[in-house]
Amino acid sequence: MSERSGGVSLPRGPFAAAVAAAQARGELVVQPRMGFGDPATMRAGLDAVARARAVTVATVTLDSYTRVGDHAAVRRALADGSPLNGYPIVAHPPEVTRWVLAAAGRHDVPVQVRHGSARPEQIFAALLRTGVDATEGGPVSYCLPYSRVPLRDAVDSWARCCAGYTRLRDLGVEPHLESFGGCLLGQLCPPSLLLAVTVLEGMFFRQHGLRSVSLSYAQQTSPEQDEEALAALRRLIDEWLPDLDSHVVLYTYMGVYPRTTEGALRLLGTAARLAVRGAAARLIVKTPAEAHRIPTIEENVAALEHAARVAAAERPAPAEAPDTGIYAEARTLIEAVLELSEDVGVALRRAFQRGYLDIPYCLHPDNAGQARGYITDRGRLAWSRAGRMPVTVDRSAGGRPVEMTSDGLLAALSYVASRYDTAAPEVGTRPVVELPATEFAHRPAQGSPVP
Amino acid sequence: MTVLAPVHPAPTGGGRTVLLGTVSSDAHTWNLVYLQLLLEEAGHRVINLGACVPEELFAAECRRNNPDLVVVSSVNGHGGTDGKRLAAVLRADPALADVPIVIGGKLGVDGSLTGAQVAELFAAGYTAVFDDGADRDRFLEYLGRLELVAADRSG
Repeated sequence: MSERSGGVSLPRGPFAAAVAAAQARGELVVQPRMGFGDPATMRAGLDAVARARAVTVATVTLDSYTRVGDHAAVRRALADGSPLNGYPIVAHPPEVTRWVLAAAGRHDVPVQVRHGSARPEQIFAALLRTGVDATEGGPVSYCLPYSRVPLRDAVDSWARCCAGYTRLRDLGVEPHLESFGGCLLGQLCPPSLLLAVTVLEGMFFRQHGLRSVSLSYAQQTSPEQDEEALAALRRLIDEWLPDLDSHVVLYTYMGVYPRTTEGALRLLGTAARLAVRGAAARLIVKTPAEAHRIPTIEENVAALEHAARVAAAERPAPAEAPDTGIYAEARTLIEAVLELSEDVGVALRRAFQRGYLDIPYCLHPDNAGQARGYITDRGRLAWSRAGRMPVTVDRSAGGRPVEMTSDGLLAALSYVASRYDTAAPEVGTRPVVELPATEFAHRPAQGSPVP
Repeated sequence: MTVLAPVHPAPTGGGRTVLLGTVSSDAHTWNLVYLQLLLEEAGHRVINLGACVPEELFAAECRRNNPDLVVVSSVNGHGGTDGKRLAAVLRADPALADVPIVIGGKLGVDGSLTGAQVAELFAAGYTAVFDDGADRDRFLEYLGRLELVAADRSG
């Protein structure tokens, strides 16, 4: 899905071009989440990712003070040496950030900035100052699940940021924007809503000038359901965004992560196989340190290489996955939203106001909060309450609301972690793709990731 | 069950009023959804402030709701640093000098806090600190002791 319109090449910046080239070669691009407050450490991280034995793109993950716009807290932390949980791109001077980015650039490995901000004006300004051609987020996906910013403000802000980001073209660079809509809260959200939000955010990006996008999906509780979801996402992109350069990015499980190294590696392996089978072009990995702390550079590199090895041994799914209705439900959601306005931002706002879109367990005041997802006996995600969304409530739950208790919630949130922590090693796994767990387990736990 | 409408507190059921929130930089909410259920099941009325609560808003909600207990939960690694700032703002208000304020979660970038960092949180004004690894039972036990103290006071 990289080129369309009879082979006419769509404009791509370095990030999108690298992903398209790898996809054309049949190789999965792997990418970490990685951010350090100290420029030298961040630079070392980018260098290590660029030199990993895998087809990689590098990441600069921003710290959470920068995400919420609390730049005074960043300055205090930098002044007194308090550790930051990411790279403060707004606070560091542009020449420092360019020096950091050059560590990947000299290996021709592109960099994406990942942030999580509902009002990212200053972040986008920093991207323009430093020439970063790829970032991610979205007016819904970085507002409702992760902020207390009103949706109206996030929509306006993201519209301005998208339009501003297209000014990279003045430098001859095509900007690339990834929607985080395929994750939302990371757990207990049935796939149809994830697909609808990421495709709608892709339409929002297009309306505000982007021509190169990626659409996302986060690994959930059932590989079969996930494979169907990825096939549905590709079909939706072909139907709704055929005029854009686009690819699919898969996020390794975003919920509670297995605590054992073996369990964490098995889950990452499942994600890598899923990415290949579902024809995702890019996979964002997680490390066995995930359940415990922010991973080190070495742990990230080991995870990238593990995912790449597993992916290289997998083949795309031979046939379409069985259709249980994910595609149709996502399409119904998208159509219900688009009927509300010709302006995608207005349509999204009205959709949440009316509850046509309703993120399960999301505490944001602009979310209707009537929908609930649950894990079925077969390990699939389904709706137990639909609220006012045009989706089907699974009748195997008797069509009655399933009251969620604290124990029930904990069990659901830990469902994947428990299964992978206790599962016996998979039968028939080619040994060549399995990384010895000791490569992770014997790494000394580093002190602070920010020296 | 009021988890879906966190801004509208559940009717009182004889329990205590608990104000639940996180530090200003923390976008995580599953911990807050879980704690709300846990506290409600223990019979308390919960006001859930949701993600990324600015210190001033936290203080204003404390004054408005006059809670019996304030619970701060953070898992983004900044809870230790931001938590100290939050406690300083809350304790600076004479009206909030005596309310029990507890903090828990993954409070350090590096995982658990050092003993010195935990001591700093107590010095900043926390009544109890539940660092990573503190389990549900220890928290519930604390709540139980709080109930006893409250009962003594009212008696």
